Amino acid sequence: MSDGRGNGLLVNLDSVDKVFKRGSEEIHVLGGLNLGIPRGEFLALMGPSGSGKTTLLNLVGGLDRPSEGTVEVGGERIDKLSDRKLASWRSRHVGLVFQFYNLLPVLTAQKNVELPLLLTNLSRAERVRHAAIALDIVGLSHRAKHYPRQLSGGEQQRTGIARAIVTDPTILLCDEPTGDLDRKSSDEILDILQALNREQGKTIVMVTHDIHAASRATRTLYLNKGMLTTEPEE
Amino acid sequence: MKYFYLVWCNLRRKKLRTLLTVLSILVAFLLFGYLAAIRQAFNAGIDVAGADRLVVRHKISIIQLLPETYESRMEQIPGVDNAMHMTWFGGIYQKPSNFFAQMPVEPEELFDMYPEYLISDEHKKAWLDTKSGVIAGRQIAERFGWKVGDRIPIQATAWTHKSGSETWEFDLVGIYDGAEKGTDDTQFFFRYDFFEESRAWGSGLVGWYVVRVDDPQKAAETAATIDAEFANSPRETKAEPEGAFIQGFANQVGNIGLIIMSIVAAAFFTILLVTGNTMAYTVYERTSELAMLKAIGFSDRGVLGLVLGESFLLAIIGGSLGLGLAWILVSMGDPTGGTLPVFFFPVKDLLLGIVLIGLMALTAGILPAMQAQRLQIADAIRR
Repeated sequence: MSDGRGNGLLVNLDSVDKVFKRGSEEIHVLGGLNLGIPRGEFLALMGPSGSGKTTLLNLVGGLDRPSEGTVEVGGERIDKLSDRKLASWRSRHVGLVFQFYNLLPVLTAQKNVELPLLLTNLSRAERVRHAAIALDIVGLSHRAKHYPRQLSGGEQQRTGIARAIVTDPTILLCDEPTGDLDRKSSDEILDILQALNREQGKTIVMVTHDIHAASRATRTLYLNKGMLTTEPEE
Repeated sequence: MKYFYLVWCNLRRKKLRTLLTVLSILVAFLLFGYLAAIRQAFNAGIDVAGADRLVVRHKISIIQLLPETYESRMEQIPGVDNAMHMTWFGGIYQKPSNFFAQMPVEPEELFDMYPEYLISDEHKKAWLDTKSGVIAGRQIAERFGWKVGDRIPIQATAWTHKSGSETWEFDLVGIYDGAEKGTDDTQFFFRYDFFEESRAWGSGLVGWYVVRVDDPQKAAETAATIDAEFANSPRETKAEPEGAFIQGFANQVGNIGLIIMSIVAAAFFTILLVTGNTMAYTVYERTSELAMLKAIGFSDRGVLGLVLGESFLLAIIGGSLGLGLAWILVSMGDPTGGTLPVFFFPVKDLLLGIVLIGLMALTAGILPAMQAQRLQIADAIRR
């Protein structure tokens, strides 16, 4: 994937509006938003609840479409892709980390990490190998055969990160990755994310309420009433 | 196949619920399979009835007898190739529950009229040589452990022996097999000449006639000609194709096919609701997981396929077990001990069962699967 159109940006959102309809009511979540994210950046998005942080993350990850404006990732207008192509694009380019981990309880950590690889042409042995490497990166090799219910919150989130990075995605999108964890586990997760950014050059966008978590990012933006700022609103 | 593990694990998520659903499906298909065998048994003979054979009986009822002399008159009617008579003996072997058909027939005619009854030349010759000889079907012989050479006493219920005895003794001289799966090989044929000279009453009277016509296309026409031949006589006839005759016999019990199909349809409808409810609930409680799968790149169709896969796996497990169990139970034989001599699980019903498994899976799974397909990731992921 290239770095966009020569402007050095991996992600480029231009004049993005997002309007949700609830019955006859229209809720404007994002209005005329512009955002550029260079490759290799670790960006933290902060803001009050309902400010549109997750909506913005969803737009960058191709989980949702803008009402107006363009979303370009790696030079590709993902807002123009069909549902099928967008799903395929996500499988190749996006790694997602969720606040509540969203692991399948019926699968072991190893099998959960293998899930995105089912969409590739890798053989079973290769899938196992890739998942083992991803689990090793997050320091969870010894828990590979354990089910989510047998793992602590921090371990589950580390499994979630392993699942997100197993396909070596272009960008890692994290929605409150430490929101459900205690301080110690949060630090472990943030250490991993920071290492992925610094050592492997992963571009990361992290939505968080936690100033401590945001401090690990290379840049922090604040979202309020659909607008991005570099400083929190007083 | 790489998704099979995922589908399988999802079914194992709520083991009790899956088990109960599988059992429900199993019962429906067990019922389907077993009732299919019963329906087949009631219709036995219709499928293998000779298209070129007519049955001619007394116009009033099959229990009214016809003169033996009708045979030669029938054989002179244009369109009739051959005619033979049969008579219901209705005897008992050892105890009343040992029910099977015994009939005096003309031995020279039987195997010509019924080429689906297969017998060796040796056994056929032995029958022609032995006046008290009897030919039994393979199934009935095996049921009672009879071997060629055995002397078989039959207790008469209507045809008293000339000696005043109710017991008739026969010598088993041969065993016949059925050419087809549906051929009745539970019958017991003995010689008419032996019957005629030994019976205490009814001399010269027979039960009904089986007539082979030259041209099956003209069977109805020939039947009408036969009935016209004996019209206005003291013993008028009713001729009809063999299949219609057997169907009419079965219909005396009621429309078995309709009754059985109604039971099966009710069972299937109920199980469809149970399975559909299971699948709908499965999707509902896994909304966020399905959304996660879509988020990481599973396509809408992929998610649809996963949910349908669960529905199919559920139906295949339950349906296959049900059909398999039905097969085993049917293989154990006629549950009535003789009333349903041709009792087997027809292959066409087995194939229909397999089609029904697919239909049930599709019907039960399609709506929940489409619901999963339409999930909006952003909304569903946080549920």
